Amino acid sequence: MLGYIVRRLMSAFLVVVLTSMFVFLLFFKGPSNPAEPLCNLNGKCTPEKLAILTEQLGYNDSVVHQYGIYVGGFFHDRTISFGPKYHCDAPCLGISFRTRNEVTSELVEKFPATLSIAVGGASIYLTLGVLLGTLAARRRGTLLDRSLVTFSVTVSAVPYYVIALMVWIYVSLQWKLIEDTSYHPITSDPLHWATGLALPWAVIGLTSSTAYARYSRGQMIETLGEDYVRTAVAKGVSERGVVIRHALRAAIVPIITIFGLDFAFLLTGTIFTEVIFQIDGVGKWAIQALRSPVDFPVVSATVLFGAVIIVLANLIVDLLYAVIDPRVRLA
Amino acid sequence: MTLTASNLESHGDDHFVDAEEDERSGKVDVEGRSPLRLAWARFRKDKLSMAALVVTTLFALMAISSPILKRLGVIDPYTPHQDLLDYATGNYPKGFGGGMSWSHPLGVEPGLGRDVLSRLMYGATLSLTIALSAALITVAIGTILGIIAGFTGGIVDSAVGRLIDLTLSFPATLMLLALSGVVVDRMTDLGVPAGATVNGLYIVIVLSAFGWPPIARLIRGQVLSIREREFVDAAILMGASRRRIYFKEILPNLWAPLLVYFTLLMPAYVSAEAALSYLGVGIKNPTPTLGNVLGGALEYAYTDFFFFFVPAAVIAAIVISFNLLGDGARDALDPKAGR
Repeated sequence: MLGYIVRRLMSAFLVVVLTSMFVFLLFFKGPSNPAEPLCNLNGKCTPEKLAILTEQLGYNDSVVHQYGIYVGGFFHDRTISFGPKYHCDAPCLGISFRTRNEVTSELVEKFPATLSIAVGGASIYLTLGVLLGTLAARRRGTLLDRSLVTFSVTVSAVPYYVIALMVWIYVSLQWKLIEDTSYHPITSDPLHWATGLALPWAVIGLTSSTAYARYSRGQMIETLGEDYVRTAVAKGVSERGVVIRHALRAAIVPIITIFGLDFAFLLTGTIFTEVIFQIDGVGKWAIQALRSPVDFPVVSATVLFGAVIIVLANLIVDLLYAVIDPRVRLA
Repeated sequence: MTLTASNLESHGDDHFVDAEEDERSGKVDVEGRSPLRLAWARFRKDKLSMAALVVTTLFALMAISSPILKRLGVIDPYTPHQDLLDYATGNYPKGFGGGMSWSHPLGVEPGLGRDVLSRLMYGATLSLTIALSAALITVAIGTILGIIAGFTGGIVDSAVGRLIDLTLSFPATLMLLALSGVVVDRMTDLGVPAGATVNGLYIVIVLSAFGWPPIARLIRGQVLSIREREFVDAAILMGASRRRIYFKEILPNLWAPLLVYFTLLMPAYVSAEAALSYLGVGIKNPTPTLGNVLGGALEYAYTDFFFFFVPAAVIAAIVISFNLLGDGARDALDPKAGR
């Protein structure tokens, strides 16, 4: 077990390192003129100004050298200068071209909103999806089962942003049921936090729950057909006991895997949700950074941050497997 | 030739194929049936799948015919019809249902007055072309890497495995957006015509670049078991080249999962194009795609509901029919999968 964890940690670390290299290379070598967005920000961009900025940002140095400086910034403070000098505390992800703030502190500021959306939405779709899927599997072939499948096919066919936008237009703008959709920190006002995010939660929860319902229905049908379930029924375990303790316990393992990765993707930025409901989270921040002129430090930070989250989620899911599924033995 | 391997295997399941019933009732079917024909027989029995096949075929025909119709002047996605708009209401189309008439069966756009049906038809052509090319490239990359990794094993296998991990570790949506500026710039420098061509090509490239890992994994798994089969040993002993083994010996055994995967990728990519278009990546107005027609209609979701509803419904119909087709193909090709 310990050997497995160590090996798994090492490979996760390797992936993170490779990702950071790729992201750095992409935004360092990728744009034909990387200093130009910054140059365009303050007045007219003259060739001299561009040349100075290119030099200051290190685009004339080698990639390896600059990558070294970039990685160094994770561990100790850096001074970054383009025009004026900026101090950047460790862990440093650069200075935003647009706001001239430290990218790390902006990330820390935006993340709670995304985290709140993700946690709320994910708990709704996981509970609802597994519940509906289990019900449909038990009453296979009934009206409930068939309408669930039809509904889920339909909902997953309509682009997510259309649904979110419709909900926002009708519930929030037209019927004025919940007018304020915005993020308020849970620490300052828990009630406002919940009402502000209720709509995004509902939209994420309902749209994604259909996929989970379909998936857990399939898993439950499979496990309900297993011999040990029949054994449990034969020895007189109640139906509820069989479904919950025997079948669901086994069926939930693959669901948890998928859930882990889905949740990680939510954490990397609920882009559509944040843009539509106007919530200041990581996703909206990334989109704004991509608007011309591109804010390269922010964009690369969001991508790198997302990659780290995904790698971590993979790691946690793999380790959880060993705990929740007694059949998994790690060699 | 009565008992082919597939016949033997499918004896496990009860009543799917009429050939088996013939055999049980004593009639011996002399004619051998290929797995493809067996699958087709199963597929034809499923009404929902057949309906999906008809609908997808219609969409495909529409996509093929609309460039021709556009050239012939039957559909015209670009000409504005200001005369059909009511200036007093803020340039909303006059009349019922967003200005429906015989010459404009689905009405005209508010604001510019371009024909909605023409834009949708021509847009479907572009969207489906993008989805088709991206799906083909995705499947091709995934298949080639999957076969090579599965067959070669060892260091090549783990290299491909790491590449898969790496690709999957990028937040996909964010990457598709983040790359757009950089890649489109570079492609324009390379001489790709700016505008719709470069933006469409970009979507195809990035969707395939981030879409191949799952299929590579799937194919690798299949190849691991296929490579242990005798016919592969025989080919190796006869001195067949690597390429022959990959493409003539192994690949023909993989077409069933590939077909299913391909059919399910199409709708995913149609929605992806629509979603990216909403965030401002991809082919932009005035060139119509399903994504940007819908994107342009969103702001009228409340004021001109019909104009908004039609593109949303067309996208949903395409996605549903392709998904059902893929599900049907999977059930037909792999009867053990069950529903």
